[in-house]
Amino acid sequence: MNIKFDESKPIYLQIGEGIKKAIARGDLKMGEKVPSVRELALKLKVNPNTVQHAYQELIREGIIFTKRGQGNFVSEDPERIKALREQLITEIVDNFVREINEVGFSISSREILKLLEEKNDRS
Amino acid sequence: MIEVKDLTKNYGATRALDGVSFTLEQGKILGLVGPNGSGKSTLLKVIAGVTPFNSGIVMVNNMSPGKHVREFTSYIPEIDALYRDLTIEDHVDLMKNFVNDWDPEREKELFELLELHPGQKIKSLSKGYRKRVQILLGLARKAKIFLLDEPLSGIDPLSRTLILDALLKIFTSYESSVIFSTHIVKEAENMFDDVLFLKNGVAILKGSADELRAKYGKSIEDVFKEVYHDHL
Repeated sequence: MNIKFDESKPIYLQIGEGIKKAIARGDLKMGEKVPSVRELALKLKVNPNTVQHAYQELIREGIIFTKRGQGNFVSEDPERIKALREQLITEIVDNFVREINEVGFSISSREILKLLEEKNDRS
Repeated sequence: MIEVKDLTKNYGATRALDGVSFTLEQGKILGLVGPNGSGKSTLLKVIAGVTPFNSGIVMVNNMSPGKHVREFTSYIPEIDALYRDLTIEDHVDLMKNFVNDWDPEREKELFELLELHPGQKIKSLSKGYRKRVQILLGLARKAKIFLLDEPLSGIDPLSRTLILDALLKIFTSYESSVIFSTHIVKEAENMFDDVLFLKNGVAILKGSADELRAKYGKSIEDVFKEVYHDHL
């Protein structure tokens, strides 16, 4: 996992987002072990306490859980993973709609759908 | 843990530190940020116990700076005191006799991380390499406190990268408290838990790095520029 940081935002939040995206994409599977704090800190070149902070938030949100003495693992609850995926997609759609509105395009939902289908087929 | 309260230090008629207060929890890394002459080196020297102070309280793991604190504190000054005619290995041997927390495993790891060779003579080394030697000698100790004065300044980019990587590697494997002074914020800011900004001996801002990013919507480098400019 690699994260390109935007230093104007809290680093721990960006690490949390990175893990969430990796889970949503399926790079990290249900029940799979997530990298240790030390491992991830070295890979991302950040302070280990920052990674610890990100993991604490993910544990609080029920996205990962700790097995004593073994480390942290992705939730084994399919509903939780599904909700996470939906949450990420909703955020992307919200951003998209906000940007379209900011630019002030008048565009119908039908046209947007058509564009999306074209893009999706191509990729 | 390091606790500093209302610390004031004068050099003759010049006030180098003016009422500085902060607390650093065990296992955390503090970035001490400020331009040349802002008091960073003086603050590190006071904590290291190599220079006295005029008033205030300084406690390092519940002890006042001095001989006992130096036993578990590794202070790496900005200027090195390496002997030109000795090799790196000679310096390692000298250090081993001075301290009782030397870690041979780490010494080996640091030689690799910093791309140094024991037989190299100091006089054959560039400034960047000398800094690497200094870092090796300071970091191969299982110290509880590390105080690093400008470990990145005035050296080549490769040396900076290797030193930063070595620092991170060592600090992630061991619960030491670290104070790291720098005027180069950008390259180092992701390593900091907390930051303390100094201007003319005054602590003008301090806090958790991530909280400051959230509050200002800026990188630590840019937060520093903003508060430094606004603070008269």
